[in-house]
Amino acid sequence: MTVSRDDVLRVAALARLRFEEEDLERLAADMNAILGLVDQLDRVDTAAAAPMASVLPLVNAFREDEPAATLDPDDWLRAAPWREGPFPGVPRFVEE
Amino acid sequence: MSSLGSIDRLAAGMAAGEFTAVELAREALDRIATLDGRLNSFVTLTPERALAQAEAVDNARTRGETLGPLAGIPMALKDNLCTRGILTTCSSRALKNHVPPYDATAWCRLEAAGAVLLGKTNLDEFAMGSSTENSAFFPTGNPWDPGRVPGGSSGGSAAAVASGEVVYALGSDTGGSIRQPAALTGVVGLKPTYGRVSRYGLVAFASSLDQVGPLARTVADCARVLQVIAGHDPLDSTSLPAAVPDYVPSLTGDVRGLKIGVPTEYFGMGVDPEVASLVRAGIEVLAGLGAEVAECSLPTTAHALAAYYVLAPAEASSNLARYDGVSYGHRATGGRDLEELYTRSRQEGLGAEVKRRIMLGTYVLSRGYYDAYYLKAQRVRALVSADFEQALGRFDLLASPTSPEVAFARGERAGDLLRMYMADACTIPVNLAGLPAISVPCGFSRGLPVGLQLIGRQLAEATLLRAAHAYEAATPQWRRVPPLAAGQERGWET
Repeated sequence: MTVSRDDVLRVAALARLRFEEEDLERLAADMNAILGLVDQLDRVDTAAAAPMASVLPLVNAFREDEPAATLDPDDWLRAAPWREGPFPGVPRFVEE
Repeated sequence: MSSLGSIDRLAAGMAAGEFTAVELAREALDRIATLDGRLNSFVTLTPERALAQAEAVDNARTRGETLGPLAGIPMALKDNLCTRGILTTCSSRALKNHVPPYDATAWCRLEAAGAVLLGKTNLDEFAMGSSTENSAFFPTGNPWDPGRVPGGSSGGSAAAVASGEVVYALGSDTGGSIRQPAALTGVVGLKPTYGRVSRYGLVAFASSLDQVGPLARTVADCARVLQVIAGHDPLDSTSLPAAVPDYVPSLTGDVRGLKIGVPTEYFGMGVDPEVASLVRAGIEVLAGLGAEVAECSLPTTAHALAAYYVLAPAEASSNLARYDGVSYGHRATGGRDLEELYTRSRQEGLGAEVKRRIMLGTYVLSRGYYDAYYLKAQRVRALVSADFEQALGRFDLLASPTSPEVAFARGERAGDLLRMYMADACTIPVNLAGLPAISVPCGFSRGLPVGLQLIGRQLAEATLLRAAHAYEAATPQWRRVPPLAAGQERGWET
């Protein structure tokens, strides 16, 4: 499988990224170089191996649902570009 | 007095009234002022806060209060660990001005133990890299030769510890980011078992692989720091509930009867012959101390790097989706719609390597490629893990090089992605299996430090630390001062 310039544009749209026109070929080449390394996985016999997402057993870690102090909205909103009341503000994109 | 001493010596000095925590903090800040222009270990310095913390320790001592185990000891945090009220940038333009509203658990525990934070250290942006050259701000120099890289991604932490700017620092390790820079700068770096240390407040890169751990100049110092940061955290559901043993008493110096396996594959994989022979000589030292050494094989290891470059980018592409410019971080101006606000904020905020990995991760997770790449890599991960399980059934520890090569020159690998990625060939398999591993200095090649990696069973940090400590005690000749810090050796001894 080879990543083309069009593939780069398609994946960039999925990832909400944008690249300059002159960088597209280079990025496709980089991705192909890395996928070239990855292609060796085809030579590994994995018929007997289940996919491993984590080294930990995949069981839910439940806890009691007890009320406790949490982050103050005023605190975390200080990290926002700006705030509007109890929310992070964003520019208006729709007409009223 | 010297900020270069070990934790126990400095703690004893303060307890005996030889010097105060404030004096220690001032000395460390002076060293940073002298050295950091050449090293650039730090992204942010916190001198006022450090002096206030140190003064609080001194006052508590005067009042006769019981002090924490790390009280008054100057340290630093990798800048991907959240600190309430202090910039946490991940060395990214996306978080250049980000001040988190909460603390990482590992830092909370250190602070409660009396730690004095001098600042936040440089890293490859979002911990993606092996040289700290991917920082959006500036590269960090290696104290052994500032024209060379300190390794990465915890390069700022490693350089700060190696040069004596701080006594210890925390790093994070997703594919070798604690151990490889520790090896390249001649310090000790420990990646604990996945889940041993809470990841709460560690900015996520690849969540199934990330782990927080210490870098220090001695094994005992690593043990003392691990003691404080290890343990279950209700805020991280992947942190392990297992009890934390006392690590310092395990530093007995005795490795008689310890079974050490030497996986032959780890001496291929582009390992420099001089590095290989120093590591083999190090293993011989352990054998001379009574360890039982034998060769072994981890056949799937050769494919671990390939599996990692599917799994880590896949997880990263998901984790970094949050940097959209809405709730926090860099926001672009002037977009026509929300979609463009996201895209332009990400375009401007994220660097080339981060974008490359997001692209790769998005690609391998996209329709038509998920089975061929992502599921296949997960299956290979299971085989890598099974290899370790089998070998560690026969052996207590495995020994290998930490990094295939010594520190390379800045810019040398910039145009060669795969060669850069190879820097983690010996460390990445350990992350896939979630095991603990430590890097200890084992000699010098062309004047640059080399690291010996020891890999242990799940939660067997005590055994790792015992072997590393015995090795360190038997090889005092590898405890050297970088030329840049020369003339300030006083107190460097343990």
